Amino acid sequence: MQFLSYLISGLGLGSVYAIMALGYSMVYGIAKMLNFAHGDIIMVGAYVAFFAISGAGMPPAVAILLSILACTVLGVVIERLAYKPLREASSLAVLITAIGVSYFLENGALILWGADSKFFPSNIFPQGGLTVGSLTISWLTIITIAVCCIIMILLMLFVGRTNTGRAMRACSEDKGAATLMGINVNAIISLTFAIGSGLAAVAAVLLASTYPSISPTLGAMPGIKAFTAAVLGGIGSIPGAFLGGLLLGVIENLSKAYISQQLSDAIVFGVLVVILLIKPAGLLGRKVSEKV
Amino acid sequence: MKRKLNVNRNSAVSYSIVIALYIALSIMSASGLLGRKYSSLLVPVCCYIVAAIGLNMNVGISGELNLGQAGFMSLGAFTAVIVAGALNFHGITAPALVLLICIICGTLVAGFLGWLMSIPVLKLEGDYLAIVTLAFGQIIVNIINNVYLGIDENGLHFSFVNNTLQMQPDGSVLISGPMGATGVKTASNFTAGFLLVLISLIVVYHIMYSRNGRAIMACRDNRIAASTVGINAVAEKTLAFVVSAALGGAAGALYGMNYSSFAATKFDFNLSILILVYVVLGGLGNMTGTIIATTLLVVLPEMLRFLSIYRMLIYAVVLIVIMIVTNNQAIRMKLKALRKGKAGNGSGKGASVNG
Repeated sequence: MQFLSYLISGLGLGSVYAIMALGYSMVYGIAKMLNFAHGDIIMVGAYVAFFAISGAGMPPAVAILLSILACTVLGVVIERLAYKPLREASSLAVLITAIGVSYFLENGALILWGADSKFFPSNIFPQGGLTVGSLTISWLTIITIAVCCIIMILLMLFVGRTNTGRAMRACSEDKGAATLMGINVNAIISLTFAIGSGLAAVAAVLLASTYPSISPTLGAMPGIKAFTAAVLGGIGSIPGAFLGGLLLGVIENLSKAYISQQLSDAIVFGVLVVILLIKPAGLLGRKVSEKV
Repeated sequence: MKRKLNVNRNSAVSYSIVIALYIALSIMSASGLLGRKYSSLLVPVCCYIVAAIGLNMNVGISGELNLGQAGFMSLGAFTAVIVAGALNFHGITAPALVLLICIICGTLVAGFLGWLMSIPVLKLEGDYLAIVTLAFGQIIVNIINNVYLGIDENGLHFSFVNNTLQMQPDGSVLISGPMGATGVKTASNFTAGFLLVLISLIVVYHIMYSRNGRAIMACRDNRIAASTVGINAVAEKTLAFVVSAALGGAAGALYGMNYSSFAATKFDFNLSILILVYVVLGGLGNMTGTIIATTLLVVLPEMLRFLSIYRMLIYAVVLIVIMIVTNNQAIRMKLKALRKGKAGNGSGKGASVNG
């Protein structure tokens, strides 16, 4: 029973990683860049939701929507200002620029909102949990897992069935050919950043509800973990990001519970190394699944 | 050494810049012109330069992105702390000797672990390789962050749990988990840093302009073509990876011996990224550029101190703007046109990783 409860809370944590990893993975699939600022967009999302609820007293649903909107706009603006001029540049140059953006967001937040951590309101999701026998699962975990599954299914439908989704896949395969087919590549890239950043806001609210203390460096470590999850699942693949995120969350939680609280990071990254050695392109790397 | 030292125009420029900087800064530091704030930066700058030169060997010359250089630095730093602790315990305290032994040990340990890591790492490619170096960097720092280590008359005591070292009364704790290294007798100075920079430059240039160096660059530019002419790509890349790791270790040892206490978290992912920024801004494969970029970027935040809290924000903006200006096609064309107007003086050969 104990094991099952660790497993389920691991799935909850993993769902948050998965939602973040989807953002990394989609952006990588289209723009072929590691968006290191993604973790900091999550941080901004958490702060927007915090101020909307605690500062302006908005109802949680409105605050979440506002946070999604703010992150979407932020993601698109960052792409336009910082990444678009580097479309033709080497991937390393874009990587360093993304790091610059990450510094910018972190320090901007530090100036605007101070270094001291703030307490994220706990009234967004219902308290308590579902009790089955001797096992109690908190509503937050259930909602997190459900939201993650819904997002993944919607994204798969969007990318697989709609014209825009088809255009996205075309851009990810070959930008030049996509342009010749009349696809507006710049618009598609902006859209990808918008979706990724909007998802970051969702992840932000879920993450901040799980770990309620928020600070300007909130996004850094989850960002690295989510990026790891995206690579673990096969970067560029939507189900891969989902699977990688869940797996990472479960491994982290179980190793914290059964092996060592302090060494859990080393174990998580160790598992990553082993998996990449066995499957060098991630679990669901490009051959198996569609690239987005 | 079998071959003669290769000195060509590129390396001569590097050597003379480093020597000139050393002489100028030593005089300024001695005459008090530099001020305490900047004097205290002299050794860290040397550390970052050595680590960045090493990383440039891997990222610039070998073309493999490494996001874990700080991990090798932490290996070097903590090896140095342990070795220095052991030496001090046995009565060897001459700073120059202790520092020399520490740097050699740090280099060897980081180089050896770099070699061990290169076996799995170099099986991967591109971003997957990068993420595994990131993972190794995190693993190293996470483990060191939980190590407790002390020395007494019975030798070294090691534990993963606090207060279980069971030391004799005359023993001293060298590493105490998240607190990091404590009570280090500092031994680094600017001259040692300068010598280390010079030695790393000699090593890197020696490899770059050797048969091995050309093979490494050939693998970077086209691995398949290089393999068809009989170059063992894995062996050549391993060489670059190990040299990179060893220089990271040397830099870490120098760094560790410069502070009386420091934590493992000092060598986190951000430090790896910081050193990568030095390398990319300095120019991939360009050691002189790396030295200049590192020096400027370490000093820049200090110079921006008058901006108080806006300092790192401005730093971030400067970083983004530099990357866009130096990498945007349209802006580069304009700059080129401007330069052409001033007659065709050949601009510095900017080494590039690939298209």
